[in-house]
Amino acid sequence: MTSSTKIASKQDTIDYAARLGDDAIVIGHRISEWVSRAPFIEEDVALGNVALDFLGHARMYYTYAAQLSNEQNGTDDITEDNFAYLRDERQFQNHLLHELHKGDFAYTTARQLLIDVYNKHFLEQLKNSNDETLAAIAVKAAKETKYHCRRSKDWTLRLGDGTSESHEKMQLALNDIWGYSHELFELDELEQRLVDAGIAVDCTQLKAAWLKEVTAIIEEATLMVPDQDWVVSGGRQGYHTEHLGHLLTEMQFVHRSFPGAKW
Amino acid sequence: MAEYNKSEAELEAVFQQKIDSEQKIEPKDWMPEAYRKNLIRQMSQHAHSEIIGMQPEGNWITRAPSLRRKTVLLSKVQDEGGHGLYLYSATETLGIERSELIAALQSGQAKYASIFNYPAQTWGDMGAIGWLVDGAAIVNQVSLQRTSYGPYSRGMIRICKEESFHQRQGYVIMMELAKGSPAQKQMAQDSLNRFYWPSLMMFGPHDSESAHSAKSMKWKIKRETNDDLRQKFIDQTVPQIAYLGLEHPDKDLVWNEEKGQHDSGEIDWEEFYAVINGNGHSNRQRIQHHVKAHEEGAWVRDAMSAYQQKKLQRKINAETAA
Repeated sequence: MTSSTKIASKQDTIDYAARLGDDAIVIGHRISEWVSRAPFIEEDVALGNVALDFLGHARMYYTYAAQLSNEQNGTDDITEDNFAYLRDERQFQNHLLHELHKGDFAYTTARQLLIDVYNKHFLEQLKNSNDETLAAIAVKAAKETKYHCRRSKDWTLRLGDGTSESHEKMQLALNDIWGYSHELFELDELEQRLVDAGIAVDCTQLKAAWLKEVTAIIEEATLMVPDQDWVVSGGRQGYHTEHLGHLLTEMQFVHRSFPGAKW
Repeated sequence: MAEYNKSEAELEAVFQQKIDSEQKIEPKDWMPEAYRKNLIRQMSQHAHSEIIGMQPEGNWITRAPSLRRKTVLLSKVQDEGGHGLYLYSATETLGIERSELIAALQSGQAKYASIFNYPAQTWGDMGAIGWLVDGAAIVNQVSLQRTSYGPYSRGMIRICKEESFHQRQGYVIMMELAKGSPAQKQMAQDSLNRFYWPSLMMFGPHDSESAHSAKSMKWKIKRETNDDLRQKFIDQTVPQIAYLGLEHPDKDLVWNEEKGQHDSGEIDWEEFYAVINGNGHSNRQRIQHHVKAHEEGAWVRDAMSAYQQKKLQRKINAETAA
C-alpha cells in the first residue's frame, strides 16, 4: 500500500458520500424501471421494495454530503436533491455496473448478485469507519443488504439451475457484465486518503471474499464464472458509458425545468 | 340440518336471511351461482384496476422531481401491487385461479377502471391521480368494507388504511404545486381539469342506467348506489379545491340549501362510454404493456417451477438413498 502524503479533507468525505449516493441512486433507478414490468406481481412488489431500499441509502449518503457541504460553505440550502438532480454526467461517480441498461430479468439478477454481495462486504467494513455518520448509515443499510443478498442468491439458483433457456440467459448476462465488476475493487487517490484516515473502506481488500462467495453461488447454480479478461473502469472518475446520460436526463428533467421550485 | 337436505329455494332463503341480518358470507357457505359470478366480476375488476393502475403512476417514478416525492410515489405504486395481490387471493376463494383472471383481463373479457385509460402526462397528474382517483376509490371502498362477502370485506378494511395515505400523498403534491410558482400552479389546475370529470365517472353510470346495481344492492355486495357515492365525493372535493385556491372545473356547480348538497353539471356520458369502449388515449397501451410483461416473464416463471421440481426430486432421491 502506498503511503499518502496528503491528509484527507472534509471535501474528500463529501465526495466519498456523494459517490456512495451515486451508486445507490443509479441502481435504485434501474430497479425501479421494473415496476409494472416484473414476471409476476409478487416480484413487482419485491423489486419495488429493493428499489426503495437503494433510494433510502442514496438519500442518507446525499443528505450527509449536503450537511457537510453546508458546514463547509456556511450555507443552509444545499440538500440531497442538489446531488441527485443538479449534477451532470461527468460529475456522477457511480460504478459503471450500476448504470448499465435495465436488461432482461437474467441481466438484472446477475447484476444484483454482483452488487449485493459486494455491498454486504463493503458495508460490513464501513461499519468500522471513524466517521460516525457513515458507520451509522452502514449499520442500517447492511440489514437491508442481507435480504437483497438472499434474494439475489435465490434467483441466481432458480434461473441458473432452472430450464436450459434460463440457464443460457443467466450465463450470457454474467458474461456481459463481468468486465464491469473489477472497478468495484479499485482505490483512487481520494479514497486512499480516506482509507488512511480510517474513514473509507479499502475496497481492494474485499475482492477475495467477494469472489469466493460469488463463485460459490454461481457454481451452485450450475453456471460458470466468466473467464474473459476484459476490464472496463472509470466510473469513479466520471468516465461513463452512454447509458448514464439518458438515465440522468429522465431523472432530472422535471426538477431542472422548474429552477428553485419546491415539490 | 345439513345443506344437502335442502332445496335450492330453501338454501337461497337461508342465504338471503344471513345477508339481511348483516352476517358475512364465507367461502364455504352456500351461495347462489349468480352471487358468485357477480362477485368474481366485481372483485377481479377491482384487482385488475390496482394492477393496471400501477402503469400511469409507474410512468413517473423515474422522473419524480425530488427524492422525497420519488420515495413516496414508489411506495404508493408498490402498495397497489400489494392490493392487487390481496384482491386476486380474495377472488380465488370463489373457486377461480389467478391465471384465469389475468387471461380474462388480457383478452378484454374482464374490465378495469376506465380512469386508467387516461394518460398521465405531467407531474401534476401524480397529484390529481392520488387525490381524485384514489379519493374516489376510497369513497367506494369505505362503503365496501361492509360488503356481504367476508374475504372481500376484510380485504377492503386493510386496503382502506393504505389508500388514505395514497390520497394524502396526492393532495400534498397538489398543495406544493398550488402554492408554488405560477407555472406550478398552472400545472396543478391543468391536472385538476383533466382528472376531475373522469373521477366522477369512476362511480359508474347513473343508478337508472346501471346494469348490475339492483341485484348487487339486494345481496349487499354494494352498499350504496353509484349516485349516492358520487355525491359524497363531489361534496367532499369542493372545499379541497377551494383550499388549494384552484378553480372548480364544474362551472354549473351550486350549493343546494334544501338538499344540503351540491348540484353539479351533467357528466359527459358519451366520453365515458367512448373511453370504456376503447377510445381512450391509453387503452391499447395498458393491455399491451401488461401482456408484454407477462410474456417476457414466461421463461422466468418456467425456470422457477423447473427449479422447484428439481429441488423436490433431489430431496426425494436423498431420502430414498438414506
